[in-house]
Amino acid sequence: MTVQHKPFAITLDVGSSHLNKTGSWRSMRPVYVDRLPPCNKTCPSGEDIQGWLSLAEEEDYEGAWRLLTRDNPFPAIMGRVCYHPCEGACNRGSLDLPVGINSVERFIGEQGLINNWQFEAGEDSGKKVMIIGAGPAGLSAAYHLRRFGHAVTIYEAAEKPGGMLRYGIPKYRLPREKLNAEIYRVENMGVEIVLNHKVDDIEVARKAGGFDAVLICVGAQKSNMLTFEGAADIPVLDALKVLRDTELERPNQLIGRVVVYGGGNSAMDVARTAVRLGAQDVKVISREDPDNMTAHKFEVIETIEEGSEVINLRTIKSVNGHEITLEIMKISEQHHSGQLRVVGTGEYETLEADVVVLAIGQNVDPVLFENSTAIELQERTIKVDSIMQTTQEGIFAAGDAAPSQRSVTSALGHGKKSARAINAWLAGKVYQPAPQNEVASFDKMEPWYYSDAPRTVQPHLDAVRRKSGFAEVVGDLEPEHAKYEARRCMSCGNCFECDNCYGICPDNAIRKLGQGQGYEFKYDYCKGCGMCDTECPCGAINMIAEDI
Amino acid sequence: MNKQDTSTLNPSDRQTVKFYQTGTFTVGNRLLDEEFRTVQATTERSNSLDSGHRACQGCGQALGARYALDAAMRATDNKIIAANATGCLEVFTTPYPETAWSIPWVHSLFGNVAAVASGIAAALKSKGDTTTRVIAQGGDGGTTDIGFGCLSGMFDRNDDVLYICYDNGGYMNTGVQRSSATPPAARTATTMPVGDNPGSSFNTGKYLPTIAMAHEIPYVATASVHDLHDLERKVEKAMTFRGARYIHINVPCPLGWGSQPAFTIKLSRMGVECGLVPLFEAENGQLTDSTKIRYRIPVEEYLKLQRRFAHVLKPHNTHQLDAIRAIAESNIKRFNLL
Repeated sequence: MTVQHKPFAITLDVGSSHLNKTGSWRSMRPVYVDRLPPCNKTCPSGEDIQGWLSLAEEEDYEGAWRLLTRDNPFPAIMGRVCYHPCEGACNRGSLDLPVGINSVERFIGEQGLINNWQFEAGEDSGKKVMIIGAGPAGLSAAYHLRRFGHAVTIYEAAEKPGGMLRYGIPKYRLPREKLNAEIYRVENMGVEIVLNHKVDDIEVARKAGGFDAVLICVGAQKSNMLTFEGAADIPVLDALKVLRDTELERPNQLIGRVVVYGGGNSAMDVARTAVRLGAQDVKVISREDPDNMTAHKFEVIETIEEGSEVINLRTIKSVNGHEITLEIMKISEQHHSGQLRVVGTGEYETLEADVVVLAIGQNVDPVLFENSTAIELQERTIKVDSIMQTTQEGIFAAGDAAPSQRSVTSALGHGKKSARAINAWLAGKVYQPAPQNEVASFDKMEPWYYSDAPRTVQPHLDAVRRKSGFAEVVGDLEPEHAKYEARRCMSCGNCFECDNCYGICPDNAIRKLGQGQGYEFKYDYCKGCGMCDTECPCGAINMIAEDI
Repeated sequence: MNKQDTSTLNPSDRQTVKFYQTGTFTVGNRLLDEEFRTVQATTERSNSLDSGHRACQGCGQALGARYALDAAMRATDNKIIAANATGCLEVFTTPYPETAWSIPWVHSLFGNVAAVASGIAAALKSKGDTTTRVIAQGGDGGTTDIGFGCLSGMFDRNDDVLYICYDNGGYMNTGVQRSSATPPAARTATTMPVGDNPGSSFNTGKYLPTIAMAHEIPYVATASVHDLHDLERKVEKAMTFRGARYIHINVPCPLGWGSQPAFTIKLSRMGVECGLVPLFEAENGQLTDSTKIRYRIPVEEYLKLQRRFAHVLKPHNTHQLDAIRAIAESNIKRFNLL
């Protein structure tokens, strides 16, 4: 604007409003933030779920696979067996139904297998780590340690790697070709897996192999057993052994009328296996009521669909000959005041059975540590500190053997965490987890903007076909459906470039930097009205007070 | 929220709905083909009304004017002349000697913007310029009260002008006085919340979109700043007609409505979703289409965020609330909003 050197009272040249810096009006300032999506927060493996769904939305499946496997090396496995706590936390559940994260993970895992995508090991560090046990925790740790560049040897007592993935999860939930392919991919990074090799003395093995650090991932393989009153004339089996024998195709013992005792997922696995092996009649006896069984709801539903009967609020009192006496239980009215939740009624009923399978929990086998007295046990698991180190320096423990949620997913998370702790320890440091962002809760979002989109349902094998064999029950998503399901993700707390802030600013005070670059505020003109914050669908803007 | 049939969810571009996360509800969408994105989503938008203007925080009118004129600029290959009635929009954009307009723009009297625009159109015609188009714009006071005679004349002569009214329901920059577009029960400086029927009286005022329809001009539409795809489509469609056209855009006013500046878009959305702000189109006096309510909400949800309606929600004024509900019901039926 050229206003100088003009006589008084003459028309001025037109000036631009840009001279008027309206940013000085502001008392609150908008800032772009990344909040932690609830799915990511809940994932026991710490996956960046929102991140890989975002790539899957754009059909960049390899990018999605690479980002997913940064945290979890087994998408095709976990896409089948994970109990997906992420979906329980998904904000979309407050709108219609949670995103089918698990089914998309499986789809991405399949893409990885079809296209034979492989992992890269890190640059050789010269350090050697011994892992005991090739279950999910051990394999996960091996993968992450290889990425850090350490040499890894896994000693596995069984004839094949996989641990509970192979010997605990039946084929109809996890086909073995998927399991083998994903384990092979970890071996292909240079992880050595020594099978049929039981480690009797950890310190001796560590010295003999010249290992710098040790990770114990032996799982919880000792089933809790019970002795019933009475003179039983039928076999009483251990659920883990039954599942293992089935995997090894040993002679079937689930013949005739089978009673499974327990209300957890192992009990359902045994019942469903018994149906497939041709048992005449299968009953599951659970001490709890249907809402409080430890088994996941869908497992119970599928079990019942396949023809097993689930009997709730019963305990086995005694077994005499073929006759089983059950005590009828009830939920105690005083259970809030610290008493037992479920108590006996003193009433009994009986049923006939030819075999009983106990599925009432497992623990770490203390025999494994007879020669390693420096490693303390606590409440039937290995005592570890916050970085998963045992009471012996340089020896770490992860998975079911350490205190954990006892799920495959938490085992994978343990594998990652312990690998990071070992990596830090090998460098003479102490592992510090990265600080987490604030959670992107539903109230920070504006859900109106999201298109209505009912959840895609994975195909399920008809119940009548399931009984006749170990074919996989749940099918794959079609590519179109996988893309659709990924696009149901609301990108909670993380900008997905919807241009809303850029469009709705009445002061044109936001600059769009181009696809993938995001936006920036022009604080010279932003008046701080906060509309961008209110209308950001995913809650990636925050208003903070100005220093005035 | 209710689930709806996905085939009816995309009111703005009426394309076969594919699922794109936020579809066409947000300003942009990286998953959407470029041709379906809004003008406002592009870095090439003309910013007809640019930064540095002196509108209040969260001004709906500043936003509506940029939306409408940028869309008109794209539709006409940047050949627009705008005439602007006196009112907020004129005052906050052009304090002498600054201007926030980056288009040819002329200020008229409060009441004659339609006549000024008609004159510009006539001048262009006499010069043989058939590509430059004329827009007249004003607030509800300059349109429904003071400029109504000139506007009716412009409709009568079917002059080649698009008239855009930014309706915030009152004379806001002079201190929030009632206009004939102020909704019933609303508190203004001249309709105080006292007596048996506090606020602006029921059964008064006028609704200009239907008056414009009665003139049987080529195109009439209503729009709201919360639904940008819908708004831009209507402006672009208006530019395909010759003759007099009228677009009525509902623009919340934090000052006059007693609402939070951050809630401007939210309120414009809620006004539509509760049925008090119908979105429709008409050609030659006939209603041709209406934008369906996506998730219907009770009117009180909308009213309670505005202090101008605070008295309506008091227990002794339920008769007012009932009467406002009846207006929403009537709109829904009349304009087929569900």
